[in-house]
Amino acid sequence: MTAVAEQTRTLTYAEAVREALAQAMTADDRVFLLGEDVGTYGGAFGVTGDLVHRFGEERIRDTPISELGIVGAAVGAALAGMRPVVEIQFSDFTAQAMDQIVNQAAKIHFMLGGAATVPMVLRAPTGSGTGAAAQHSQSLEAWFAHVPGLKVVMPATPADAKSLLLAAIDDPNPVIVLEHKLLYKQSGPVPEEATPARLGEAAVRRTGTDLTIVATGVMVPRSLEAAETLSGQGIDASVIDPRTLKPLDAKPIVDDVIRTGRALLVQEAPRTAGFMAEIAAVIGESPAFGHLRAPITRLCGLDVPIPYAPQLERAAVPQVDSIVREATDLVRRW
Amino acid sequence: MDLIGDAGAARKTLVTMWTIRRFEEAVDDLFARGLMHGTMHLSIGQEAVPVGTCLALSEGDYITSTHRGHGHCIAKGARLDEMMAELLAKETGYCRGRGGSMHIADVATGNLGANGIVAGGVPIAAGAGLAVKMRGGPEVVVSFFGDGAVNEGAWHEGVNLAAIWDLPVVFVCENNHYGMSMSVSRAFRVKQLSERAAAYGIPGVTVDGNDPQAVHDVVADAVTRARAGEGPTLIEATTYRWKGHSKSDKNLYRTREEIEQWRERDPIARFEQRVADTLGEREIQACRDEARERVRAAIRAANAAPDASADSLTEAVYAR
Repeated sequence: MTAVAEQTRTLTYAEAVREALAQAMTADDRVFLLGEDVGTYGGAFGVTGDLVHRFGEERIRDTPISELGIVGAAVGAALAGMRPVVEIQFSDFTAQAMDQIVNQAAKIHFMLGGAATVPMVLRAPTGSGTGAAAQHSQSLEAWFAHVPGLKVVMPATPADAKSLLLAAIDDPNPVIVLEHKLLYKQSGPVPEEATPARLGEAAVRRTGTDLTIVATGVMVPRSLEAAETLSGQGIDASVIDPRTLKPLDAKPIVDDVIRTGRALLVQEAPRTAGFMAEIAAVIGESPAFGHLRAPITRLCGLDVPIPYAPQLERAAVPQVDSIVREATDLVRRW
Repeated sequence: MDLIGDAGAARKTLVTMWTIRRFEEAVDDLFARGLMHGTMHLSIGQEAVPVGTCLALSEGDYITSTHRGHGHCIAKGARLDEMMAELLAKETGYCRGRGGSMHIADVATGNLGANGIVAGGVPIAAGAGLAVKMRGGPEVVVSFFGDGAVNEGAWHEGVNLAAIWDLPVVFVCENNHYGMSMSVSRAFRVKQLSERAAAYGIPGVTVDGNDPQAVHDVVADAVTRARAGEGPTLIEATTYRWKGHSKSDKNLYRTREEIEQWRERDPIARFEQRVADTLGEREIQACRDEARERVRAAIRAANAAPDASADSLTEAVYAR
């Protein structure tokens, strides 16, 4: 094929994140990492790996267990001209840092009438499926998407993990990057070059005629797998991954629903006030409303904390078979 | 720097303290007359701390400030007309009407911002210090906070990060004896807040916060340490706020006698006595007049400025 294909290797999602960090740090002295165990330990999920050997302890900076202090230090460093990238070991721990994320990072540019910017990135492993139970398995993207001043990114493929992180580092605003833990070991083609994505550009992963599935994070590969099964049953589904929750690229979603007339919205997070409620409203307020042949349908995590037991954990969030079941029901019934 | 015997330094100290006093009295008056919106946290009685501190800093040094931050902002060199314009909700204000009293910053003079969250600026100061250290720059960061901040997690986390990384940060606690209505005697068991420095392995010192020379001297020592790469210092400057916490304060938690005792230790009146020989009464009066005129001019300029416009309201949410 083309030169692009030649420059594309297969990397895991974790390796893709690491490559993005290394390329950003090589290109710009202002970029540095700080977080718990990101140095010699290599990151709780192994994401930072050997970066400390390549860039040193100044730029791959181990911190004490002080989430609020770490994020605050990143805010201050960003205000003073650096480009910090924070790793919060589990996204659940952002609860400890919420003041600095919500009241400081998100608002400083606005509160100061545009006089200062906070160009920082906060990466956080997110989601369930590891048996780590309720305080290490949450999907909190709706918290962040609700706060003006933050941008929120949820990469679903290794290529996106790299290009969206590069875009987040380039961005002059605070960006929350929620990396799904179950995806870290997934492999896929990743371009070698350091080309950032554009934040606010959805990916149409699959185009079908019978329904539009919108999914984020680990629900993207699950929805694609479900779409293959559905295809065997004569149901042809589109799968759209917003990639950036904020800013949201609504057009591909609206356009696709206009074609298919059905929308199935899949999220791992609990149902109530989740991000897919926002997508449902966006569709409902759009010209796609008049094309709907069925009610907009959400398939979400249950409104329960994530439990420990594997069978309970599986039952708490959408799986491939539940996506297939819901999609089939939606198409057959309407 | 000799703030007492050196006429230039004495004059600057006195004019800046009076400017802070007059600015806040004007704000108090504008608010009482219904001409100013929102709420105010006045630092009347505390003027020696920001002035003594900022005189120990150089151009390019940073500060982080608090909800009671007018004095820090003025002492670091901000323009009064833009400050007053911000408080009067004008388009020409520092934050174009988006910040108000609690969020004034002047990035040009190194003021990284007042903060509506108690202790919110402490880890931010550590981060600014980290940026300085990583760049190998000569700058120092002063983090101002009140006694109410020292029991918040952000304070401990920020001070600890600065300590373990030897960051060029000076932590200046304005101990004005009350966190809103909570007195220091009820809020912690240590006798002096500076004792807390021991927990982080850094020097701690308590100083008379109503004496600009004393404040200046301990800050200057701490700045020297910080610039030499020896890390942060915790300074406790004991002072008192004459006014209530904010506009809702009925002063039910302290006595008239207590307030009167502290008013007798007015940092400005004391300083005027100490520089009587250096400046002379005529020059001291000139300092007072200059401060008053600066504040009046700021009010005139702010009143003449256009109101903050909602046309661009959503544009400043994200940087481009």
